[in-house]
Amino acid sequence: MTTFIVRRVLWMIPSLLVVFTLTFVVVHATPGSPWDESEKPLPEAVKQNLAKQYHLDDPLPKQYADYLINALHGDLGPSYRSVERSVSEIIAATLPVSAQLGLASMLFALLVGIPLGTLAAVKHNSWIDYTASFITVSGLATPPFVRVSLLVVALSLGVAWLPTGGWNGIWDVRSIIPTLAIGLGPAAILARYTRSSLLEVLGQDFIRTARDKRLEDVMIVVRHAMKNALIPVLTVAGVTLSNVITGAFFVERIYGVPGIGRQFVDSVTGRDYPLLLGIVLIFAILISVVNLLTDISYGYADPRIRYR
Amino acid sequence: MPLARRPTGLWRDAWHRLTRNRAAVVSLVFVVLLVIVALFANLVAPYPFERQDLESTDLGPSAGHLFGTELLGRDELSRMVYGSRISLAVALVDVLIVVLIGVPLGLAAGFFGKWLDTLIMRTVDVLLAFPSLLLVIVVITYLRAVLDQPTGPILSVIGGLDNLTGGLLGVFIALGLVSWLTVARLVRGQVLSLKEKEFVEAARMVGASNLRIMARHLLPNTLAPVIVAATFGIPGAIATEAGLSFLGLGVRPPLPSWGILIAEGVRNMRAFPHELLFPAVVLAVTLICFNFLGDGLRDALDPKLKVD
Repeated sequence: MTTFIVRRVLWMIPSLLVVFTLTFVVVHATPGSPWDESEKPLPEAVKQNLAKQYHLDDPLPKQYADYLINALHGDLGPSYRSVERSVSEIIAATLPVSAQLGLASMLFALLVGIPLGTLAAVKHNSWIDYTASFITVSGLATPPFVRVSLLVVALSLGVAWLPTGGWNGIWDVRSIIPTLAIGLGPAAILARYTRSSLLEVLGQDFIRTARDKRLEDVMIVVRHAMKNALIPVLTVAGVTLSNVITGAFFVERIYGVPGIGRQFVDSVTGRDYPLLLGIVLIFAILISVVNLLTDISYGYADPRIRYR
Repeated sequence: MPLARRPTGLWRDAWHRLTRNRAAVVSLVFVVLLVIVALFANLVAPYPFERQDLESTDLGPSAGHLFGTELLGRDELSRMVYGSRISLAVALVDVLIVVLIGVPLGLAAGFFGKWLDTLIMRTVDVLLAFPSLLLVIVVITYLRAVLDQPTGPILSVIGGLDNLTGGLLGVFIALGLVSWLTVARLVRGQVLSLKEKEFVEAARMVGASNLRIMARHLLPNTLAPVIVAATFGIPGAIATEAGLSFLGLGVRPPLPSWGILIAEGVRNMRAFPHELLFPAVVLAVTLICFNFLGDGLRDALDPKLKVD
């Protein structure tokens, strides 16, 4: 197991480097900077000064090495757009907001997805199963920007229960729509996996034994089946995180949440390449770590799995 | 005892199973209607999609404008009818990418193994570990900047084509990066087990070349899962295009991508929620139908198959 963890951690480094290097090269090959957009062309001297300030004239390998070394010290460079804040400061200010929103969405997904999948599996091929499957497919199929739009139309404009946008911390009512809009995707994934995994387990011999012993149905599902059925569901943790991150791009933008997803979108449309690069790096690390933890916890949860 | 049932082919059986699935049949009808609407958009649409009428802006739904009009008095229904062309073009290209890139790479990786397998599958692993939308956005940022001011003959041609298609080409290239991944992995897995079967050995005995074995013996046997996976890929591709266009990174106005319609609807939702509601609902229904069709095809083609 220890060897597996060590190998897995070591494998994470090249994988991260590949994504980071690709992004770095792509971003640096991208022509144009935010200053091209101004209506008045800048004087040549000013441009040179700016290039010097941001080290744009250094050879690419040197820029790459400098960036990596600085990044390891927590310095992701200056933003092209923001005068008063560096990339690291922008991320430090916006990541906690998205983290709260992301955790709330995940919690929602767990509390809705797993019971929904369980119910669908236990009442296999009944109207409950079909209703659950319709909800699941709707959640899987609709992109987050459609979900948040429809939620705003229904809950804010239709019945006027909730505000149409803004952010005031996770405990404010304003966080309900973004949480639902992001969380419905992962909830659908969890429900689908729980259902198929539980169906498989319910067909196994030890469940029949439990039934023959006249154990109560609820006991069989909760004590015997769920324990085994939830292990494969662990594998989708990485997928659900991806879902939460890309969901945040749209939901934060539409609902006006000052999180890192909105910063990412703004960095793309505003050609703030250092910010874009920094955020991609943060996302890549986050996803790699979660994938790693998933693999490790999988091994602990299911003793039948042997790692080489 | 003689066989009571006439022997039937795989495809006929699959069709029977598919038509017994009510959700899949309804979805299939919707998709066929959508294709007809897209093909004959000029006949179906009541107005030209770009015709402005500043006398009748932001109208609600009425007999003259079934889905109302928007800020510039353009007919929403007509714009959505033409928008279906964009969504279906994306669906078509996505399937082409799956067939022309994903299937051959998966075949080659599974059949030849060794370093080729490692190379292809490690690439797939790294790309799949990160949310595809993140990668697509990074790539399309680059493409947008390069193709807007193309340098060199090749880029000029690509840039010209991109302009001609209103920015669709950039979306296609970005999709090309990610939409073949799952199918390549799937085909490789199938080939790994298929190539050990007796019929492949028999083909080799009679002197069939590698190419012939792959094309005539392995490929047809992977067809069913590929069809299912390609169908499941379509809603993802349509949603990606809509999402990119929503962010202003996809199709350029005045081309009426559903993503653009939703973005305009969001801007206007407080005063005129119907401008958001109609495109959002149509997009959601389309994506849900493709998903149900995928579910139906999976159950029809191979009940044991799992594609997620």
